[in-house]
Amino acid sequence: MSEKPGRFGEFGGRYVPETLMPALTELEKNYLSYKRDREFNEELDYLLSEYAGRPSRLYKAENMSRDLGGAKIYLKREDLNHTGSHKINNVLGQCLLAKKMGKKRIIAETGAGQHGVAAATAAALLGLDCEIFMGLEDTRRQELNVWRMRLLGAEVREVTSGSMTLKDAVNETLREWSRRVNDTHYALGSAMGPHPFPTMVRDFQSVISREARAQILKKEGRLPAAVVACVGGGSNAIGAFYHFINDKDVKLIGCEAAGKGLNTPENAATVANGRTGIFHGMKSLFCQDEDGQISPVYSISAGLDYPGIGPEHAWLHALGRAEYSGVSDEEAVKAFYYLSRTEGIIPALESAHAVAYAIKLAGSLPKDESIIVCLSGRGDKDAAVVAEYAGIKGGTICVKTE
Amino acid sequence: MRKNGIAAAFANNKAFIAYLMAGDPSLEKTREYILTIAGAGADIIEIGIPFSDPVAEGETIQKAGLRALASKTRPVRIFEMIASLKGEISAPLLLMTYINPVFNYGYDKFFAECAECGVDGVIIPDLPFEEHGEILTFCEKYGTVLISLIAPLSGDRIGMIAEKAKGYIYLVSSMGVTGVRNEITTDIVSMMREIKKYTCVPVAVGFGVQSPEQAASLSKSADGVITGSAIVNIISEYGDNATPALEKYVRSMKSAVMNP
Repeated sequence: MSEKPGRFGEFGGRYVPETLMPALTELEKNYLSYKRDREFNEELDYLLSEYAGRPSRLYKAENMSRDLGGAKIYLKREDLNHTGSHKINNVLGQCLLAKKMGKKRIIAETGAGQHGVAAATAAALLGLDCEIFMGLEDTRRQELNVWRMRLLGAEVREVTSGSMTLKDAVNETLREWSRRVNDTHYALGSAMGPHPFPTMVRDFQSVISREARAQILKKEGRLPAAVVACVGGGSNAIGAFYHFINDKDVKLIGCEAAGKGLNTPENAATVANGRTGIFHGMKSLFCQDEDGQISPVYSISAGLDYPGIGPEHAWLHALGRAEYSGVSDEEAVKAFYYLSRTEGIIPALESAHAVAYAIKLAGSLPKDESIIVCLSGRGDKDAAVVAEYAGIKGGTICVKTE
Repeated sequence: MRKNGIAAAFANNKAFIAYLMAGDPSLEKTREYILTIAGAGADIIEIGIPFSDPVAEGETIQKAGLRALASKTRPVRIFEMIASLKGEISAPLLLMTYINPVFNYGYDKFFAECAECGVDGVIIPDLPFEEHGEILTFCEKYGTVLISLIAPLSGDRIGMIAEKAKGYIYLVSSMGVTGVRNEITTDIVSMMREIKKYTCVPVAVGFGVQSPEQAASLSKSADGVITGSAIVNIISEYGDNATPALEKYVRSMKSAVMNP
């Protein structure tokens, strides 16, 4: 889709210190070569199916569709993958590649901990050392995932710089990589960062739309009216959009975290409130102040709590091919309860942003149309956060859903 | 076009290059410390524009940047402070920052201000050789030198970078981020030999240089030595009263560089 390698229109590129450039060019060269390597692809396909449980199901949410009374809702069940989210698709690819490149150690950033858990899992499977950088604030919000990573043999390094969330975890992982590149691969978790990461991560995640497109054609005999996915850095969204980009009639909708509201300082809605800048190795859209200082952003969901967006999303937005819409904490939490009670599926708070949008969209579309919602992860990890949000204390459950 | 003073700084002697963060603890103090450092013998001064997320910096400079941002240091005020130094300082002044504050300021406006205020060059750690095109036309238009960096693993990239280099080459002494180090393990002598195959532009070594002993040892092979974190540490320790300590330190470093 891009005009030249690593660029998506004006977005993308490779803006990193010289110390990291040799590692990135080595990675690019190896990725381009292994991407076409039959043995590599066979090994990856084997791991994705036998280990991660792919293909993931495209589940028709009958209760939800009936209740909303509009378009049929299909859930792309990335939450049913091993480790509970789409993140496994990317880490199996990157860790396998790292191993082929002779790397002994994986480092990665994590926000909600889903990518950290996935990376720790792939590292355990493939016999690689693993260190995960996680903002102190996020280790508090996602204690269970910290424990899971440690259980899997990874070292979890608490990041105390800046806002102590995902952005700062990326800073620290980049710094650590620049200290030690020879034996270490940085398994970046989203379709962002310096080239080749946005392209490589999108390729590994595009399995989502490759499957979903074939599945919906088989079930419905036609393409969906829309594909809806949540966007932090944007890896599940770009994976869910990719094979639909040329299907001009399929609307692609990314749901950003509007936090406590788009007009409050507490949100992470990069497309709505950000502007073009250059940060974390890429030219893209970022939430920043008048001097170009990166803003500390906020979302109830740690995985969307990021002040930027992957460069391919910035480009799809500029082209008008995809649209991006803010979904608030409140809407996401309502959708979290709604899906749990309507379909018996507890979505990750990140994915609940996409569910919330689909709830609003379904009624405006006729019953013979369909919507695919990328259910990027499962919500067990968010039980405590949602309970705290709803003011539940001491195990007394008393929640209003409407 | 305005005469660029960088070459002259290396003309007769090995150069001592000092870095400090603008606005730490305040712009008034930065102005005073620039004059102190220049008076004590620094040949070139690199002035940091704070950035919220400096990925190439260790804790010392990260914290200095946060202090500068906390004291509301803005690029536009930094330019004003530098402009006010005219006539009081002869050492070339460079700005060191990350690409986003520059992009955000507007490239044309930023480099026009550099020319206007007497800034001879810029160092932008997150703008590697392949992305120099982002700002090169503006640098050329306004006569601002874009400093190139070479790192320990640059290897077969050295020729490409060195051939296009202007002003001086910033040779990054060690892997990782800025910050004082007790020991520099990179083979600087052979890196210098490799770089000099491609260019006669002077080469200054930075990252981790703290003591006069290190400076003396490095300047046996390098054309200059850059010190940042050690100076930032002094300013952090003495705050508004760092002048005597800065003066003493810069003198000792300059003397070490001149008599290796």
